[in-house]
Amino acid sequence: MSETQFIQQVCERVKDHAARKAPLRIVGGGTKDFYGGPLVGEGLSIAPYSGIVAYEPRELVLTVRAGTRLTEIEAALAAEGQMLPFEPPGYGDAATIGGTVACNFSGPRRPFAGAARDLVLGARIVNGKGEDLSFGGRVIKNVAGYDVSRLMAGALGTLGVMTELSFKVLPKPAAEATLVFEMDEARMIESVNRWAGQPLPLSATAWEDGVLHVRLSGAAAAVASAKLKLGGTALAEGEQFWVKLREHRLDFFADGGPLWRLSVAQTAAPLKLGQPQLIEWGGGLRWVRGPLSLQQARDAAQQAGGHATRFRGGDRGAGVFHPLAPAVAKIHRRLKHAFDPAGILNPGRMDNFQA
Amino acid sequence: MGAAALQALHPPVSVILDRERLAAFEMDAYIQKRALPLAAVLPDDESQVQAVVKALKATGTPIVSRGAGTGISGGATPTPDSVVLALSKMRRIVEIDRNARLAVVEPGVRNLAVSEAAEPAGLFFAPDPSSQSISSIGGNVAENAGGIHCLKYGLTVHNVVGVRVIDGDGDCLEIGGRSLDSAGYDLLAVMTGSEGNLGVVTQATLRLLPRPEVTETLLAAFDSATEAAECVGSIIGAGIVPAALEMMDRVVIEAVERSMHLGLPKCQALLLVEVDGIAEEATDMRARVEALLHESGAREVRTASDEAERANLWKARKGAFAALAMMYPDYYTMDGAIPRRALPQVLDRIYELANEAGLVVGNVFHAGDGNLHPCLFYDGTKPGELERSEALGGRILELCIDVGGTITGEHGVGLEKLKQMCSQFREPEIAAFHDVKHAFDPAGILNPGKAVPTLKRCAEWGGLHVRAGRLPHPDIPRF
Repeated sequence: MSETQFIQQVCERVKDHAARKAPLRIVGGGTKDFYGGPLVGEGLSIAPYSGIVAYEPRELVLTVRAGTRLTEIEAALAAEGQMLPFEPPGYGDAATIGGTVACNFSGPRRPFAGAARDLVLGARIVNGKGEDLSFGGRVIKNVAGYDVSRLMAGALGTLGVMTELSFKVLPKPAAEATLVFEMDEARMIESVNRWAGQPLPLSATAWEDGVLHVRLSGAAAAVASAKLKLGGTALAEGEQFWVKLREHRLDFFADGGPLWRLSVAQTAAPLKLGQPQLIEWGGGLRWVRGPLSLQQARDAAQQAGGHATRFRGGDRGAGVFHPLAPAVAKIHRRLKHAFDPAGILNPGRMDNFQA
Repeated sequence: MGAAALQALHPPVSVILDRERLAAFEMDAYIQKRALPLAAVLPDDESQVQAVVKALKATGTPIVSRGAGTGISGGATPTPDSVVLALSKMRRIVEIDRNARLAVVEPGVRNLAVSEAAEPAGLFFAPDPSSQSISSIGGNVAENAGGIHCLKYGLTVHNVVGVRVIDGDGDCLEIGGRSLDSAGYDLLAVMTGSEGNLGVVTQATLRLLPRPEVTETLLAAFDSATEAAECVGSIIGAGIVPAALEMMDRVVIEAVERSMHLGLPKCQALLLVEVDGIAEEATDMRARVEALLHESGAREVRTASDEAERANLWKARKGAFAALAMMYPDYYTMDGAIPRRALPQVLDRIYELANEAGLVVGNVFHAGDGNLHPCLFYDGTKPGELERSEALGGRILELCIDVGGTITGEHGVGLEKLKQMCSQFREPEIAAFHDVKHAFDPAGILNPGKAVPTLKRCAEWGGLHVRAGRLPHPDIPRF
């Protein structure tokens, strides 16, 4: 389908729903239906609008239609020795780039290479009034207008339907290695933060049950010298470990119980929650599995300088995202109202402020 | 009315009312426009900022917040009915957290002071606008300041993890913090680069990075600007992300040579490439860059490994604007960004347009991220020349838009580029910007009339004009 046709159709559909105040549920690959507040409204599928719009490896810039699958993007980039630096999880082959950005999902490389929002350069969206708008662009430096394209990252489609996105991409590292250490949680938190303050080619960390995995990425000689400096044991099939971690296919995630995501200060002391934890992002991301109460999770995250999300499972109707301070919630309400006055775009998917 | 409200505040806040001292606030480094504000107010802390915003909101008085006043797009230019909120007294470095690699600072702290304070911990703050020795963090956040090392290390938006802000209602917003993300919409992204329109930053938490172990610098001479521009693409296409990749053309090289006598190679274009990282990585990259420079037709390549040699290679680049100011009494610096592949074509077109206008243009810019800074030279004493240079500037910015770029890569819109905003964005997009503004500042008291043009009209303003060889802040290098 041509660009104008598809986007025009989306505009018309949104206008029609806005006039009737009938909710729309924006759908990409449907791989992240588990995430956020309850799903409401008629489906608006973006998956048919897929394909790479522009990609020139020398530019380090990629422009894609929002319905493009992550797998297609990764293959196109890999063919040129490049990657999406934020290493997004898909949680299924059907995952699209639009859904990924809507959730602002980033993988193990995030603390060292930036999150999805950091790599977004531009966004074309249809707002809740059915207007086709473009923000940002395809250049690395751009300060014209407020940064509405980054605002779309993590907004869960509540401010607009993303139709096209531009990203900064980077060369894949020439070499990678995975090291394994045995250490307790407190020592791990101290160690990974100390290492992150040194010129070392760190690109991921993950700790669970007394075992720390560290990934190094860079020029072969740099990786080799860092291996000597850090010690530990080299893991032969390291790459597989990070893919499984990113996609939540490690045993830790296999249990179907509720999974909590606590995003906290990287140096926060071990959280005493009495439940199994997997700690990524140099201490900044703590996955907790088990029957925590909402209050327990939120208190622990807040005390550790961050916020808690009911990531997967449990009663999503009881609250998913960390409540916002009243003044910040006020801004959210106003932004939501400005971009989507009829309140039809993914209503309630972001459930920590009253629209 | 606004000024009286300020004097009535308890506890009292420093207020400047006399014309003589107010003159210091009549403009920033965009010297096109000036106006004496009603008053200038210099709060000591966040609670005073909040009290000032609430008092001025009550009287409907426009607030122009100001850091060091180094901005060159007019973001801190007052209007006669406004009060300047100067954050210069709030310059405490609250904390350098070595372990967490974070700095917590007040808005008046100088950019360079952050890196200086972090140095004992082996850390630095990456954004390095050329004004870094005097520009302040509050202003850097407001402008989303860039600098020389953006391709590798990002802009301010990538290096700020949290801010405390007083919005247009006088409410304190805590945005972000110490975690790598926060709940809700990404207000941090919207606040960064909002040019004082959405809130007054009272504190910022900044990400600090480990200082690279080794930095290698190379300077290469080319027989044509096009060749040099193509070489930029080859380096990045080879999978190398340099820390800096700067370019200077013949006009600039000649001006630098005339004023500084550095013994630069006689050539049409110079590329300055810096690679950094772990020793092994930097050495490896340097060898690859050197080979690529030669393959791309470089006539001469000079390299530096120690600090003194590096400083020497950088001298030409850092002294370029001062050298130009000495040679040409009046000039006007533009700021646009383009996709890198368009560099050769855009440079050629800029020279053509300058020829047609009968003016000289020099180019010294951040080639690695496609951020152009063409300098247009004119003689303000010749009738019509200023107007011709402004028209040429406008055409160059439109050229940037035509090739898929933007009208400002790092200087901001301010007052300077309101007109070009109307070329880059369409009406519903401009309306959306006003909606964002309204969400943070429904009364419209924060820096009204800046950054986003009204839908009704786009005013006509110019750029950084250097009059009679005088740069604003002549003591700091411009690059």
